[in-house]
Amino acid sequence: MQKFERLDGLVAPLDRANVDTDLIIPKQFLKSIQRTGFGVNLFDELRYLDEGQPGQDVSNRPLNPDFVLNQPRYQGASVLLARQNFGCGSSREHAPWALADFGFRVVIAPSFADIFYNNAFKNGILLIKLPESVVDRLFAEVEASEGYRLDVDLEQQRVVTPSGEILEFEVDAFRKHCLLEGLDDIGITLQNEDAIRDFEQNHREARPWLFRDEASA
Amino acid sequence: MTDRTRTGPQARENEMAGQTLYDKLWSQHLVKERDDGTALIYIDRQLLHEVTSPQAFEGLRLAGRKPWRLDANLATPDHNVPTTLKERAEGNAGIEDPVSLIQVQTLDDNCAEFGIEEYRINDPRQGIVHVVGPEQGATLPGMTVVCGDSHTATHGAFAALAHGIGTSEVEHVLATQCLLAQKMKNMQVRVEGTLGAGVTAKDIVLAIIGRIGTAGGTGYAIEFAGSAIRELSMEGRMTVCNMAIEAGARVGLIAVDDTTIDYLEGRHYAPAGEQWEAALADWRALVSDADAEFDKVVTLEAGEIEPQVSWGTSPEMVTGIGGEVPDPAEAADETARTGITRALEYMGLAPKQKITDIRLDKVFIGSCTNSRIEDLREAAKVARGKKVADSIKLAMVVPGSGLVKRQAEEEGLDKIFLEAGFEWREPGCSMCLAMNADKLGAGEHCASTSNRNFEGRQGYGGRTHLVSPAMAAAAAIAGHFVDVRDFGDAANDATQQQEA
Repeated sequence: MQKFERLDGLVAPLDRANVDTDLIIPKQFLKSIQRTGFGVNLFDELRYLDEGQPGQDVSNRPLNPDFVLNQPRYQGASVLLARQNFGCGSSREHAPWALADFGFRVVIAPSFADIFYNNAFKNGILLIKLPESVVDRLFAEVEASEGYRLDVDLEQQRVVTPSGEILEFEVDAFRKHCLLEGLDDIGITLQNEDAIRDFEQNHREARPWLFRDEASA
Repeated sequence: MTDRTRTGPQARENEMAGQTLYDKLWSQHLVKERDDGTALIYIDRQLLHEVTSPQAFEGLRLAGRKPWRLDANLATPDHNVPTTLKERAEGNAGIEDPVSLIQVQTLDDNCAEFGIEEYRINDPRQGIVHVVGPEQGATLPGMTVVCGDSHTATHGAFAALAHGIGTSEVEHVLATQCLLAQKMKNMQVRVEGTLGAGVTAKDIVLAIIGRIGTAGGTGYAIEFAGSAIRELSMEGRMTVCNMAIEAGARVGLIAVDDTTIDYLEGRHYAPAGEQWEAALADWRALVSDADAEFDKVVTLEAGEIEPQVSWGTSPEMVTGIGGEVPDPAEAADETARTGITRALEYMGLAPKQKITDIRLDKVFIGSCTNSRIEDLREAAKVARGKKVADSIKLAMVVPGSGLVKRQAEEEGLDKIFLEAGFEWREPGCSMCLAMNADKLGAGEHCASTSNRNFEGRQGYGGRTHLVSPAMAAAAAIAGHFVDVRDFGDAANDATQQQEA
């Protein structure tokens, strides 16, 4: 996983509550068996005026000029400012894959859906929850000021605005550690291999019917 | 007992207060807990399908890892298998979409390479993972169950701790038999009293989502309780738990009782003989203690629930069949106003339009929410002896598994549907998410027994209305939404079925 330490990034605002993972990446693109290449279809139905197909060359597709990510001032954005319950719906990890592939490393919102929250951190994307009133204010600032950037520091757990305002945020110690170091979860878990084997042995003795090879015995 | 302020699970254990069902399942699977609350929990069952597993298997291969415990896994293709007999007749080779074919073939190859049991495309046991697991007894009370699919909450109907995970987590569970997790908070949703005639489990869960909202359960495990939940069959309970995620909760749970045990006895992977007796003693304890405390409790009166219809682009945008589309001008705040305005524009509906005035183009009866035998019986009772309206372009019934299909055919339900003008299809996820050829055209309105009405969910520009199987069947016949309770004897029969 790609490390995340600190990022000074251009901010793009997506002013819409309850953005679901179907909207982030529509189902036809889930047929890929790769982890990469989803960025061109991020927010496909909002971004293009036609219906997208997997494997299609997107360079000739008609863009929706009203969609925020198509506007010149937001080109190169790496911080997405969003509304409540971002990432609700399906568990598709293709959603964070698409965000990361497009170039987003940070999403700021008042709240996130649970499964999406897990999936994003496993793909080097930092999700920052800030109070709704603060997010409202950030939307106004981004709108008012072209080239608006935020300085995001994971180690310090703070976001610094162009005016120097410091916004602190919470993040679980373990997720923070993994993101700062770019660590692979599986490797960390396997450091507990003995504990897992011990647990499994006791579990099997206590409830053998949970193991199919025993249940039919 | 005096009121207590909860300061986290640890504090509660120290006080020796009662445990919720979720607390019990959590502690039975806790391998290790870090100081910051991140825990390693053991996973008893992983269900796999073709869409969210290929990258996980590829990850294993790249790292040179093997699955930790093969017998914990069970796979079946469901999301993009075709549902027409023509395509299915030739197995994988009949899949016309080459991209879908690669994905289904990749699941077959991965399961063969790693030694994981799979019910392939035309195996009679193939079907939607969340129908197949319980049907085979592969989902048992007291298990932890995961799948790369958010509707894994379904399995909580068996008092199993079940939730959806992403593909990185699928790989993690394959490699370690564990998941990194943080304990959720406890919510209880009580539905008390008796449902009216023609009102079903689907209406209960839609009413709950309408009440608490699509993020109302975020961070919680929801236990559904109360007399109306206890009265539901296992099929009905699965419908309710299935849509916990639509209320934001990854986990939905229902305590074990005789209904649970009766359903499981004799299932393929259920224990037998002495193990069955030992398991029963264990399962009977899978209920929340009488003095357990929940972080949040919500209560609904079953008698007040009408048949539900969603009008918008989020499952919380739902109302009773007697209701009307809301007027954004009357919204509580600016966020709600914007949301309603955008939804009405997408759905092509007018403020204050009566729900019964919504005309339909297609009808879909199926999905992991409503494709089990009881769902098909309820729809068939409404459809029997009637005809699908001429204005309906397509009305389709897609059984949840090959075994559901077989049972329905043994009961003659297929004939009822076919005579009424419905198409009778092969099992799969189908038009719930339209990854195969079953989809809506732009602007088409669909009465659907599925779980999500998001923009484009059932096809680009498609307009989904979530309803129960009986309501979908009635809408197919009328050509627009109608109150199933006014629809002849069907509603009464459906209720008797439920009580039997």
